[in-house]
Amino acid sequence: MAAGPASHGGLRRAQRPHLSKMERMVVSMQDPDQGVKMRSQRLLITVIPHAVTGNDIMEWLIHKYCITEEEALHLGTLLVRHGYLYPLRDPCHLELRLDETPYRFQTPYFWMSTLWPAAELDYAIYLAKKNIRKRGGLFDHEKEHYDQLHRKISHTWDLVVMQAREQLWAAKQRRKGDRLVIACQEQTYWLVNRPPPGVPSVLEQGPERNSCTAGRVQMTKTVDFYRREVECLRKALGRARVKSSVCLEAYLKFSSQRGPHDPIMSGCLPSNPWVTDNDTYWAMNAPSAAVPTRLRVEQWAFSFRELLEDPVGRAHFMDFLSKEFSAENLSFWEACEELRHGGQAQVPALVDAVYQQFLAPGAARWVNIDSRTMERTLVGLGRPHRHVLDDAQLHIYMLMKKDSYPRFLKSDLYKDLLAEAVVPPKTKRRVFPFMRKPRHSSPSPALLPASASREPSGGDGEA
Amino acid sequence: MATDGLHENETLASLKSEAESLKGKLEEERAKLHDVELHQVAERVEALGQFVMKTRRTLKGHGNKVLCMDWCKDKRRIVSSSQDGKVIVWDSFTTNKEHAVTMPCTWVMACAYAPSGCAIACGGLDNKCSVYPLTFDKNENMAAKKKSVAMHTNYLSACSFTNSDMQILTASGDGTCALWDVESGQLLQSFHGHGADVLCLDLAPSETGNTFVSGGCDKKAMVWDMRSGQCVQAFETHESDINSVRYYPSGDAFASGSDDATCRLYDLRADREVAIYSKESIIFGASSVDFSLSGRLLFAGYNDYTINVWDVLKGSRVSILFGHENRVSTLRVSPDGTAFCSGSWDHTLRTKNYLFVSLQVWA
Repeated sequence: MAAGPASHGGLRRAQRPHLSKMERMVVSMQDPDQGVKMRSQRLLITVIPHAVTGNDIMEWLIHKYCITEEEALHLGTLLVRHGYLYPLRDPCHLELRLDETPYRFQTPYFWMSTLWPAAELDYAIYLAKKNIRKRGGLFDHEKEHYDQLHRKISHTWDLVVMQAREQLWAAKQRRKGDRLVIACQEQTYWLVNRPPPGVPSVLEQGPERNSCTAGRVQMTKTVDFYRREVECLRKALGRARVKSSVCLEAYLKFSSQRGPHDPIMSGCLPSNPWVTDNDTYWAMNAPSAAVPTRLRVEQWAFSFRELLEDPVGRAHFMDFLSKEFSAENLSFWEACEELRHGGQAQVPALVDAVYQQFLAPGAARWVNIDSRTMERTLVGLGRPHRHVLDDAQLHIYMLMKKDSYPRFLKSDLYKDLLAEAVVPPKTKRRVFPFMRKPRHSSPSPALLPASASREPSGGDGEA
Repeated sequence: MATDGLHENETLASLKSEAESLKGKLEEERAKLHDVELHQVAERVEALGQFVMKTRRTLKGHGNKVLCMDWCKDKRRIVSSSQDGKVIVWDSFTTNKEHAVTMPCTWVMACAYAPSGCAIACGGLDNKCSVYPLTFDKNENMAAKKKSVAMHTNYLSACSFTNSDMQILTASGDGTCALWDVESGQLLQSFHGHGADVLCLDLAPSETGNTFVSGGCDKKAMVWDMRSGQCVQAFETHESDINSVRYYPSGDAFASGSDDATCRLYDLRADREVAIYSKESIIFGASSVDFSLSGRLLFAGYNDYTINVWDVLKGSRVSILFGHENRVSTLRVSPDGTAFCSGSWDHTLRTKNYLFVSLQVWA
């Protein structure tokens, strides 16, 4: 399963942006003034010009991109693995060594973007050459490929062998240095395109994208598509926009407000479970914890949405509303959520239940909606669908947000909650940190009794 | 879908050029209110200190490339899917595998955990999205209870439950997104507008919970109204496929990661791109992005096997994490922000016949 899915995509999809970027990189590395320091490398009795060492490459990368050694090594290794650089000695492993191993830049002829996908016939010729040059010179995986290819294109095998002999003869006519270089170039090309087992292939791309364009009618080519796009653009032009300065200030405010609540930025108390193997943090912040932590209670003041998202926060808000005799608002809102996010089959029954309980004249828990919205809603109820209560729900949501919520935050109820909230002490550093604490398992949510799990996800459900 | 007849004075070419000129006008309008850059505003903000994140868990068990993962709301369980069709549910805190199912197709590119924690959804080259209720009953075969929910005409690239277990949003290589009723498999709404494969989606954390964003091979990121199926906003500044989109925690912006090796931040109120996260030394595509809880950090997994951590406000790279030996295909921050999990295409050869692939949790 070598080049697999990529093979029939055509060169278009294979021109991944990263290849052109790598190519630009190696071209600038070869710049006579600004490029990597080149030297001639002596190999036995031959001298190969324009060679570079791993260290030279690293230094150049560090200097040019202002990166660390680790990153430079990583980047250099990628260049080698993609066949843009090849080692002159031991060309069997495409790695970037930091010793005196000489490397050269691959000729553009063999670049992944030029000569791709690799042709089977060429591979057969390459293997045949290797076989002829030295009996038993093929590696195990190459022998397998060789046999496979022999079976597959046995009818043209004579051609293969002939080509192989021709190329070997032509090579003999060259200077030893050139011969060596070309052999290394070719070997690198095949190491990239037919990697040995155990070496991940850099060619793998994943499933084909844009593969359906031929068959599909409803894509770029049609009138409908452009009509829709024009419509969307017209609407977008009429859109109200906010000044950048206002929007960007909001990020600053948001981040600074949330910073202390961000475990990765500020840590968490008593400790981050992943770091200390102690899951107390989760126990203390469980959805239905009896005593919420201080940070949690503070978060209820950030936005109305976050108060409602937290089951404990929502429960306290419900208590507060009960005291003000407006709890039906929150209950109505919850019922609307259940409708919107529930199963299609439940829609008629739910709509009816909501109407009976909250909207019908004389209903037990009648909600106060403005007359226009109420009229519209009642008309819509004639043909119930999951969004029929959206307007009413929004109205009640805004009512709570603008009126009840600010009062809640100023109430004694909330102030008491803040005062009683717990601030967990930081976990003391273990004396013997290398002794692993046993990691507690926890019951899977899927194990909870059916009735509990069927609840509309309420607080922690909102995306 | 048959094309409607053309109206008088309307040709394909004229529509195309009208679209182009409208796009130009839109860019002009957007530029009018752009009075300052994010990094300028962020000059007042304190720089972040030394950043240390390490691998805290390595989850070994997939035999092939990990393509996607999602967290459970309990903050410790995850579901992951791979190229060979295996979908595994783990308690990543203890690293125990709790459930495993083999899909009848390969390349399971999408998986999601239900909000209740009682089911998972997944799909890929089978063009479908299927929901599996999670059961601990030894006598029950998970595959037997499988429910086929979504049907597309090309591969499934992304899926997500909405606010409950009963609705699923999907994105597909057929260029559309769709909203489905899980119980009946009914199509509730479809979203047309992308000009090529849709690769990713994310639901908005908004008060009214009505929109989501999608990104595709047409280089566009589009924001949709879930109720009407209309595209509300569209952004086209990337130079290549958009592999991943994720909302900023406030819901006022979203980030995208693309094959053009950049991640970008788009503000929905300003209606424009407001930041680009890129570096000359980063030349491989970003496959997957996610924000830390406060939105100050953006974690991005790349096809060059690394994870780069960006300071969202200042636009600079805070850290680079090396932990994988092949491309990072998926990255998600845990629901309470204590860690993030990355999955990749790498494998470590144990014996000649076994390959173990890793998912890692970092904190």
